[in-house]
Amino acid sequence: MSKKQITLGDKRIGRRAFLASSAAVAGSAASASLSATVARAASDENLPPHVPSWMKEQGAPVLSPPYGQPSPFEKNVVRRLRTATPTQTAASTLTPLQDLHGIITPNGLHFERHHAGVPAIDPDQHRLIVHGLVEQPLIFTMDDIVRFPSESHIYFLECSGNGSWTGTNAKSTAQDTHGLVSCCEWTGVRLSTVLAEAGAKPEGTWVLAEGADAVALSRSLPIGKALDDTLLVYAQNGERLRPEQGYPLRLFVPGYEGNINVKWLRRLKLGDQPFQTREETSKYTDLMPDGTARQFTFVMEAKSVITFPSGGQLLREKGFYEISGLAWSGRGRIKQVDVSTDGGANWTKARLQEPVLSKCLTRFRLPWRWDGAPAQLQSRATDDTGYVQPKRAQLVDVRGLNSYYHYNGIQTWQVTQDGAVSNAA
Amino acid sequence: MPHSLRIVLLCAIVAAATANPVRAAEPARFGIGHAATADAIAGWDIDVRADGRGLPAGHGNVADGRKIFAETCASCHGEKGEGEPADRLAGGFGTLATSKPVRTVGSYWPYATTLFDFIRRAMPYNAPESLTADQIYAVSAYILYLNKIVPEDAVLDASSLPKVAMPNRNGFTSPDPRPDAP
Repeated sequence: MSKKQITLGDKRIGRRAFLASSAAVAGSAASASLSATVARAASDENLPPHVPSWMKEQGAPVLSPPYGQPSPFEKNVVRRLRTATPTQTAASTLTPLQDLHGIITPNGLHFERHHAGVPAIDPDQHRLIVHGLVEQPLIFTMDDIVRFPSESHIYFLECSGNGSWTGTNAKSTAQDTHGLVSCCEWTGVRLSTVLAEAGAKPEGTWVLAEGADAVALSRSLPIGKALDDTLLVYAQNGERLRPEQGYPLRLFVPGYEGNINVKWLRRLKLGDQPFQTREETSKYTDLMPDGTARQFTFVMEAKSVITFPSGGQLLREKGFYEISGLAWSGRGRIKQVDVSTDGGANWTKARLQEPVLSKCLTRFRLPWRWDGAPAQLQSRATDDTGYVQPKRAQLVDVRGLNSYYHYNGIQTWQVTQDGAVSNAA
Repeated sequence: MPHSLRIVLLCAIVAAATANPVRAAEPARFGIGHAATADAIAGWDIDVRADGRGLPAGHGNVADGRKIFAETCASCHGEKGEGEPADRLAGGFGTLATSKPVRTVGSYWPYATTLFDFIRRAMPYNAPESLTADQIYAVSAYILYLNKIVPEDAVLDASSLPKVAMPNRNGFTSPDPRPDAP
C-alpha cells in the first residue's frame, strides 16, 4: 500500500499534472483571442457526458509546494498598483475586494503602502527600544516580545487615503476605489503591557513610534489610545507578519488610519507632547476649504462598499443575485447596512453576516432580483455610535475637495441594461 | 530598587492577592527585556521635536546647503525645490485656500525642526542617514532660503532652527472635530 502511494507520488506524475494544469491556464488566458469554437471544443472535453481529464490520472502529490498557493486559475486575484509613482518603493497596492469572500484578507493580498520599500529584516537582528519618559529604558529581542501575554483580534486596517475626493473613473473596480482596506486576525502584546514593563511615567502623553525602514517612518500616538487597545503585533492570520506588513513587529492601532500602524517597529519613545513628524504635519493632515488643515485626525469613520455587483463585473442574465459587500467603522461595530438599487431613493436593510466585530470588516448581504433595467447600487453603513455614512455631497459641503484623506462617502455602482457594472462614484 | 527585585516583590504581592490558585498571577511587570544602555539609545534616538529637543551640535549655512542640495537632492526635487519627480519643496504661498493648493515646506509645514528630523531619518532617498549634522543644518537652511523664510547669510544650529518662524505655523487645527458631516 505504502509502496503504491510512493509510486503514485512519483515526481513525473506530479509534473504531468502540473503541465496539464498549466496548459489549461494558458488555454483559459488565450481563449479570449481564440475563436469561440476552438475554446468550446477544448473545454467541452471535461464536461458531461465526458469524464474530466483530471479524473483519469493522479493529481499533484503533497508538498507541491510546501507552502500552498492559490489555484493557477485564480492568477488574476492579485494586488494592483494604486497609481503610477516615481518609484516602486514609495508606492501603494490595492486589495482585490471584488474577488474576496467573507471578511478575512489573505496575507498575500493585504494592501501595501510603503514609503521606502520593504526592508529585509532578520528577526534575530531586530530590536525594540522603549525609552523617553519611563523609569527604566528597555531593549527587547523578538524572543522577548513573544514571551509577553498575547491576544488575537480581527481588525480592519485602512489607509486614510482610501477612496477619492475627486476621482470618478467609470472603469474603476472596487479594488481601485476601496482597495486600501484589508482585514486580518492580528496577534501580539498590548502596548500598555510593554509600557508598564518600562515603567511609563504619568507625564508621558504621546508615544513616538518609529519603523526600521529606510525612512525610519515615525508617528506620534496619544497615550489614551496607546493604553487602550493598541497592540505590538507579530502575527497575522496565524503566521508571522508578512515582510510587507512589518515583519517582524509592527504597531497596530485599531480603527486608526493606516499610517500610524508603524511597520518594522524598532523604537517607542514616551514624551509629553506630539513629536510633529513629517508624516503628521506635511502629510496625513486634512486641508479644509479655508486653508487650515486638521491635524491628528486618526479615526477611520464608518464606510461601506458593495463588492458584488461592482465595477468591471457583468450580470450575464436577468434573475437572482445576492448583493454583497463590506462595512466597517474605526469607532466600533457596524449596527446596520442599508442597500439601495435606485441611487438612494429607497433603502432596504441588508443582513449582517456574523461575526460582527468592533473595528472589523462586516460582510453584508441582500437578495436581489435584477429585472434587466438600469440600476444604481449603493450601500450605507451605520455604526454603533449612531454615525451614518454620508453622501459624497455632504462630505464635500463641509470639507471641500482638497483634504485628500478620510474620504468615506457612499459609493455608487451603475448597472446598465446589458448588465455591465461601472463606477458612478 | 533593582528591576528584578521589584518584580519578585510585585509577583509575591499579586500572588497573595489572587483568589484563583490555579491561574498563574500576572505580575505588573514580567521581567522581560533588558535595560537599554545610553549608548544603544543614542544611536537610534534620532527624533527632533518642535521645541528643538533632539537637535545635535553642529551648524550649516545657505551656501553650503546649496552645494549639497545640487549634488544630492536636486535630481528628485528640482534645482530650486520646484519638485518632480519628488515633492515640491518651495513656493506655493497663498494657495492653501484655493482650488489648487500647493503644499511645500514654505507654504505648509508648521515647524522648521521637522525638516531636520525628516532629512536626518529619510533623505537622500537613495542613501538615508548618510548626511552629517552640519550637512543637514546646511540643507535645511538652503530649503528655508528657497522659501524666503531665512536670509541668504543664515546659519542654522540647535538654537536657531527651532526659532525659525514658519509662515503656516498656525495653520493646523486639533483636536479632530469629526463627526462633522452630515
